[in-house]
Amino acid sequence: MYNQKVMKCFKNPKNYGKIKNASGIGKVGNPVCGDVMYLYIKVEKGIIKDIKWETMGCVAAIATSSEVTELAKRKTIEEAKKITRADVSKELDLPPIKQHCSNLAAEALQAAIKDYETRKVKENKSR
Amino acid sequence: MQIYLDNAATTKVSDEVFKEMTQFFKNKYGNASSLHDFGQEASESIENARKIIAERLNADAREIIFTSGGTESNNLAIQGVAHNYKNKGNHIITTKFEHPSTLETCKSLEKEGFNVDYLNLNKEGLISLEELKKAITNKTILVTIMHANNEIGTIQDLKGIYKICKEKDVIFHTDAVQSFCKTDLDSGMADLISISAHKIHGPKGIGALYIKKGIHVKKLFHGGKHEFNIRPGTENVPAIMGFAKATTLITKKDIERMIKLRDKLIKEILKIKDTWLNGSKEKRLCNNANISFKYIEGESILLKLNEKGIAVSTGSACAAKELKPSHVLLSIGLKAEDAHGSIRFTLSKYTTEKEINYVLKQLPPIIKQLREMSPFKGGGNNV
Repeated sequence: MYNQKVMKCFKNPKNYGKIKNASGIGKVGNPVCGDVMYLYIKVEKGIIKDIKWETMGCVAAIATSSEVTELAKRKTIEEAKKITRADVSKELDLPPIKQHCSNLAAEALQAAIKDYETRKVKENKSR
Repeated sequence: MQIYLDNAATTKVSDEVFKEMTQFFKNKYGNASSLHDFGQEASESIENARKIIAERLNADAREIIFTSGGTESNNLAIQGVAHNYKNKGNHIITTKFEHPSTLETCKSLEKEGFNVDYLNLNKEGLISLEELKKAITNKTILVTIMHANNEIGTIQDLKGIYKICKEKDVIFHTDAVQSFCKTDLDSGMADLISISAHKIHGPKGIGALYIKKGIHVKKLFHGGKHEFNIRPGTENVPAIMGFAKATTLITKKDIERMIKLRDKLIKEILKIKDTWLNGSKEKRLCNNANISFKYIEGESILLKLNEKGIAVSTGSACAAKELKPSHVLLSIGLKAEDAHGSIRFTLSKYTTEKEINYVLKQLPPIIKQLREMSPFKGGGNNV
């Protein structure tokens, strides 16, 4: 069902874990559907210095979590904003029934960036 | 090391079965309908096989009809009874957690105008005899309830069900594909019984339907007069011979051994935190252990075990083509998120203690690693 690249990502997933004092957190998915992804980013000077994920889900969900964080790591926020599901699924070539997993990963990244930006606006206001 | 614990899906063909079959491919290959010696040899062999299988069910050989497997047997029983007795009534009763070959057949009959009631299951996967009694009306022509469930291994009280059906003069069919040769089953427990070879170390593509004398089914296919004019088509002699051989090879000792290993597997796995057994503890098939692991998803567990050479199955939606969690687990009251984390281990008589020990060694670190990746881990929402 899965190609070697997906299985490689699944066997040796990169960047899993949690960031304490993250700059932004994206939480997407639904346990009822079997996929939940939390994505943490640490941003310094507009660059994603560190990125980590926690996922409950299938092989595709874990592989895309790893892949999306690899794609976004050390990118500027503006660059990371341009990462879409197509980028994730292009890298992994998921089976059609698992395409929604790449969607979830991209959504988690964008949600984390949005959270980061919202926090920044609040910080600026309170200054 | 390769360890096969998916014996509810299918089993390996025993050496004895394979050897038995070979001669019917290479030497005794006649068509049982032919009058020459080749044909008569095939015909006599089939009748001998029929007798062996009938004896296992304490039935008459004429009550055994060979089919292509469990799916066809269920179709022949359910469609066959429905179409043959439709003048008597149009009501059928089944349960919510049957095999798709029963559920889909019932759904197709609904489109033809039959009414079908789907009985509820309790947490253990047992129907309520009271609910069954109440569901039967004067329009009911058939009750079809599986003997042992293929996912959670719960064994239904067939005697209790059959008693009610007889009192109400309703035909009772049971899908015994999982239970045949693995627990007590005979012709005194139902009017029709579906069985299959490949779950008991026989070949794929062969099964049978026991049809009690006096019960009639409308045939599914048209053709020659094979199988007492109920199921046309040249008999699959090697498969039939393999099927019969397979039924003679499972002993009481094998079953006791499977129960021992199954109980060890369950007991040790349940030592992992936040796990539970799905189905009934007592009324359980000798080779089935179905366990839910909270906070993680079954396909991931399955493929991590696969990396270690261990073959199992899961009720998770992520491993299913339609992305829905197992209807069986939902029917016994599991939440969708808990059904996703279920793993089914099914043993065979060839499963060894060494293999079970290996699984018990490999499994905990896999669960630990996947939980480390999960946002829920074990302490609930931890952000």
